[in-house]
Amino acid sequence: MNKIANKQVINDVLLAESATDKDIVVLCSDSRGSAGMKSYAEQRPEQFVEMGIAEQNLVSVAAGLASCGKKPFAVSPASFLSTRSMEQAKVDVAYSNTNVKLIGISGGVSYGALGMTHHSATDIATMGSMPNMRVYLPSDRFQTEALIKSVLKDDKPAYIRIGRNAVEDVYEEGHVPFALDKATVVREGTDVTIIACGELVGDAKAAAEELAQKGISTRVLDMYCVKPIDKEAVIQAAKETKLIVTVEEHTMYGGMGSMVAQITAANAPVKVVNLTLPDAPVVTGKSREIFKYYGLDAEGIVKTVTEQL
Amino acid sequence: MNLEAKAVDIRKDIVDLIYKAGCGHIGGDLSVTDILVDLYYKQMNIDPQKMDDPDRDRFVLSKGHSVEALYCILADKGFFDKKELFDTYSKHLSKFIGHPNNKINGVEMNTGSLGHGLGVAVGMALAGKMDKRDYRVYAVLGDGEMAEGSNWEAINAGAHYKLDNLTAFVDRNRLQISGTTEEVMTADSQEERWKSFGWNVISISGNDMNAIDEAVDIAKETKDRPTVIIANTTKGCGVSFIENKAAWHHKVPTKAEYHQAMQELSERRAQYE
Repeated sequence: MNKIANKQVINDVLLAESATDKDIVVLCSDSRGSAGMKSYAEQRPEQFVEMGIAEQNLVSVAAGLASCGKKPFAVSPASFLSTRSMEQAKVDVAYSNTNVKLIGISGGVSYGALGMTHHSATDIATMGSMPNMRVYLPSDRFQTEALIKSVLKDDKPAYIRIGRNAVEDVYEEGHVPFALDKATVVREGTDVTIIACGELVGDAKAAAEELAQKGISTRVLDMYCVKPIDKEAVIQAAKETKLIVTVEEHTMYGGMGSMVAQITAANAPVKVVNLTLPDAPVVTGKSREIFKYYGLDAEGIVKTVTEQL
Repeated sequence: MNLEAKAVDIRKDIVDLIYKAGCGHIGGDLSVTDILVDLYYKQMNIDPQKMDDPDRDRFVLSKGHSVEALYCILADKGFFDKKELFDTYSKHLSKFIGHPNNKINGVEMNTGSLGHGLGVAVGMALAGKMDKRDYRVYAVLGDGEMAEGSNWEAINAGAHYKLDNLTAFVDRNRLQISGTTEEVMTADSQEERWKSFGWNVISISGNDMNAIDEAVDIAKETKDRPTVIIANTTKGCGVSFIENKAAWHHKVPTKAEYHQAMQELSERRAQYE
């Protein structure tokens, strides 16, 4: 079991890159501990800005820094960053088109039993609806590393959501296929396509392995690039497989599954089933318990595919 | 340059622009004009040809609805073509929308939604400190805008980081769209409020050019804390029938009103000849 959380990888990449790139700045909202940014904060005090529990100002200040050539990473719980700071993200980042990378930590239902105040099950909808804003949900530590290194090279806004805890590796060290804004084909298949993002890619991969044993050939797309979504990969899947099942840690409206359905409906109609969190506060529990309850884990995905195919 | 005469010229442009476009926030434009004239024609290091100069001073119009005043000054200073502004302002497909937009030369950041500008300015000032650059950052806020909670997050951070390269103005004209600030949501004691957060506070008559200029000079000399200049202004300043009337927040002059306003401003302007 991998013990390195995706957030730790972000800390490590930024710590390494900031040794030579003095324009990198990390901002936290009393969140350096939960963000896994403690070692960065300690070793780069001159490139770290503590904003206190003030997420609106966190984003405005990051935008001001960016307008002066800095490369700010505003790292704050996804729940607050994607809704409390939504207007600042809209006006100061997306609309002003500033080079701010919004890092939503402990995303989705990572905070489990802390309840809906701490869940960010609407962040794809809120952030993805803004012009200029890109939305990324990397799946494992290797992809997170590739993604952060990639977005460091551009000067456009992005929202990146990661979970709280370490997740199983989807890829292997030294073998991490990655092209920015292109879905990663985790597994080829001809009967059904599972399109997943974030922490649930691992479940999609496990489900595909189980489905293979039942004789169902399953393609798995890691749609970490929720926006801009890889439209070509979706259309290709719609044309080449009989069913698409989307899996995401997000509410049923305005998420990755909605985007997939929008693309297939217009370009290559195929049955699309969205596995999502409900349009309701989720039940109490840890992430894995919540995923299982709503059928988002490997077992639930297998069940849905066999029923729907 | 006679800054007071320039302020009258800019007021004429503002009235002209709003009358011809049929829209605009005339009351706040006229209250904030003197502040902007002092900053753009005397105090700020800013050049239309060098908007990529990392050492330029930064300006953020947090009360973005006073954009007509900003546009008229930027046009006069050559940041863009004045004729294009007057021909297209707020018209279909124009780049000149009714709030500041950073696709326009001279505009640093998009504003319009209130309570954003000071936080952005704090970020700009922090960047200046990090890079050890000498530029200064100016933000102009409205007094009605002070009801926005996000401003107080920014005020807190500005003092916390001792941003003495940051100067904020509050255009204290005491009126907002629904009435007086005190009726709508109390905004009194701005001086005490900012002071309690740790800012250097200067309270002035905000349509007095000399007072504005002196206050900006004091801000430049103040160390280890940001300065706020509470500019006690007259909404609609310079046009008798617009002054101190909430109804003129974004009313557009009729033809007769337009001519009267231009007449009054021309008479005022003649005093400087």
